Amino acid sequence: MSKLVGSIKEAIRLAGLRDGMTVSFHHHLRNGDYVLNAVMEQIASLGIKDLTVNASSLFDTHMPLIGHIKNGVVTKLLTNYVSAGIGRAISEGVMEKPVSFRTHGRRPADIALGNTPIDVAFIAAPTADKEGNCTGKEGRSACGSLGYAYADAEYAEKVVVITDNLADTPPASPSIEGKHVDYVVAVDAIGDPRGIVSGTTRITRDPVGLVMAASAAKVIKASGLLKDGFAFQTGAGGASLAAAKFLKEIMLKEGIRGSFGLGGITSYMVEMLRAGCFEELLDVQCFDLDAVASIKEDPRHKEISATRYASPLAKDAAVGGLDVVILGATEIDTSFNVNVHTDSNGYIMGGSGGHSDTANGAKLSMIIAPTFRARLPIVTDRVTCISTPGRDIDVLVTQSGIAVNPMRSELRERLVDAGLPVMDIEELKARTERITGVPKKIRRGERVVAEVIGRDGELLDVIYNVPER
Amino acid sequence: MKILKNAAAGTVESSDAYVTVEPLGEEISVEVESVVIEQFGEDIERCAREVLAELGVEGARLVINDRGALECVIRARVETAVRRAGGDLS
Repeated sequence: MSKLVGSIKEAIRLAGLRDGMTVSFHHHLRNGDYVLNAVMEQIASLGIKDLTVNASSLFDTHMPLIGHIKNGVVTKLLTNYVSAGIGRAISEGVMEKPVSFRTHGRRPADIALGNTPIDVAFIAAPTADKEGNCTGKEGRSACGSLGYAYADAEYAEKVVVITDNLADTPPASPSIEGKHVDYVVAVDAIGDPRGIVSGTTRITRDPVGLVMAASAAKVIKASGLLKDGFAFQTGAGGASLAAAKFLKEIMLKEGIRGSFGLGGITSYMVEMLRAGCFEELLDVQCFDLDAVASIKEDPRHKEISATRYASPLAKDAAVGGLDVVILGATEIDTSFNVNVHTDSNGYIMGGSGGHSDTANGAKLSMIIAPTFRARLPIVTDRVTCISTPGRDIDVLVTQSGIAVNPMRSELRERLVDAGLPVMDIEELKARTERITGVPKKIRRGERVVAEVIGRDGELLDVIYNVPER
Repeated sequence: MKILKNAAAGTVESSDAYVTVEPLGEEISVEVESVVIEQFGEDIERCAREVLAELGVEGARLVINDRGALECVIRARVETAVRRAGGDLS
C-alpha cells in the first residue's frame, strides 16, 4: 500500500488525530520552517482541539501558534527553546497550563520512557522517498542534520513525513528510516532557505567580546585539558566563536590533535575539522551553509541523534565525553546557577537547548559573558530562572575578571598559576555594580507560566508571568 | 542657564540614551522611557535632575529615551543637550 498521501489534511485524518492528543515537530528548519504552521492550520480547520504540541524548539516564524493557543486548538506546549516573540506571549500568560521546558537530551529520554508519548509526529524532510526514508543533506531546503527528529520517528504512534523533494530512490544513508514512517506528503516548500540556515554565525568584532574570547582560550589552555584527544563544544554566539578561533590558533601552534567537536555545528567548527584540530564532528544540528555542505561531503562530519548527543539514558551520550564546553548566559548568580530562559525583565526568550546537557557532561563548563549588558549586571544574587544548576558550571569568564566555582579549587589554582585575573564571584558582582549601580528587583506575577525540567528529569525551577507594567 | 531652543544629544543605540530638551516656562519636567525602567527608572530621573540643577537650568522639558546607558553616559548626554539648547558654549 502506498504511503503517499495527497495533502497534509488527509495525512492528519488518516493518522487518526483526535482531541487531546499530542503532535510533535523538530526544529532543523529553524526560523525558515513552514511545516509546523501548515500542519497546525490544517489541524485547526479539522476542528481538533486540546492538543499538546511537543516541539524540539519554537521560533518566531511559528507565531501563528499563539492564535491556535487562544482558540483552544493547543492547550499544552513541551519544548526545549522558544524565541522572544513566542516567549513574550507565554510570559504574558496566553496559556493556562504551564509550558514544560526540557533539555535537548531530556526530550528524547522522556519520549523513549513514555513520559511524553507522541501520537502523531510530523517530520519536515528536505528529501524523502515514497517510503519515507529521509535526509536533510539534499534538496533545496537542505538543513544538514535531522538529529532531533529521530526519537519522534522511532516512538510516535504515527509518523508523517512532509517533503518538498520527493526522490525516486531512497537516500544513500537515510537519517530517518522508512520503517518508522506511515505517511508521506509532498508539498511545494517545507521552508524558506534564508531562514533555515542563518548567515549570522560570525565572529564578534566587539572589543569587549574579543577580550573575553582571548581570556576564554587562555583558561582552556591553563585548565590542563587541552591535549591530544581534546573534545569541544561551543555556542554560536559571537564571543564563543571568537574563543573557538583563538583556541584553534593555540591547537595548531602546539600541534594538538583533538578527538571530536560537538554541537550545533557552525562554519568555525568545520574549519577546525579541516585544519586538523579534530578527528570528527558530531552534529545534531547545522547552523550555517558551510556546516550543511560539510556534513554532506565530508565523512568525518557525522550526523547524530539527540539521544546520542545528550540523552541521560544513552550509554554513549557525546556530552559525557566533552572536555570543554563554552556557553552563554543572560544571568549567572553567586551560586553559579545560570539563566538562559528569560531576559532580565522576566520575559521568556530562550531555553536550555543543550546548555544543561553539555554543562552536566563536560569536564570544564565555561560561561562567557560581559559583566553587564545595557546597564544590567550579569551576576545576580539569584537568577530569575535556574536553567542550568550551579553545580554543573565551573568557571565564568568576563572582560574584567574570571570567577571559578568554589567547588573547583584545583581549577582555580591552575588559573591563578597561569597569571589569569581570578576573583571571587561576589567581588566581580560588586565591581560591576560600582559601574552600573544596583538594579532594583523586578516585580513578577503570581502565576506559573512555565516549568524547567533538568537533564535528569528533576524540576529545576518555575517561571512566573510578567505583570503588566 | 536658560533654555532658548530645542536640542538633542545621544543615540538610540544599545547602552546609549537619546536626550531632547526644549524651553518650558519656569518649570522643570523630566520624562524617562527606558529598557531598564523597573531597575533604574528612578536613578535615571534623579541623575538628570542633578545635572539640570548643576547647570542652573530653569524651565526645561527634558525627554530621555534610555537604551541601558550607564549613569556617566546619561549625565554627558543631558549636559550636551542642555548646552546645545542654551546657546551658551562656555
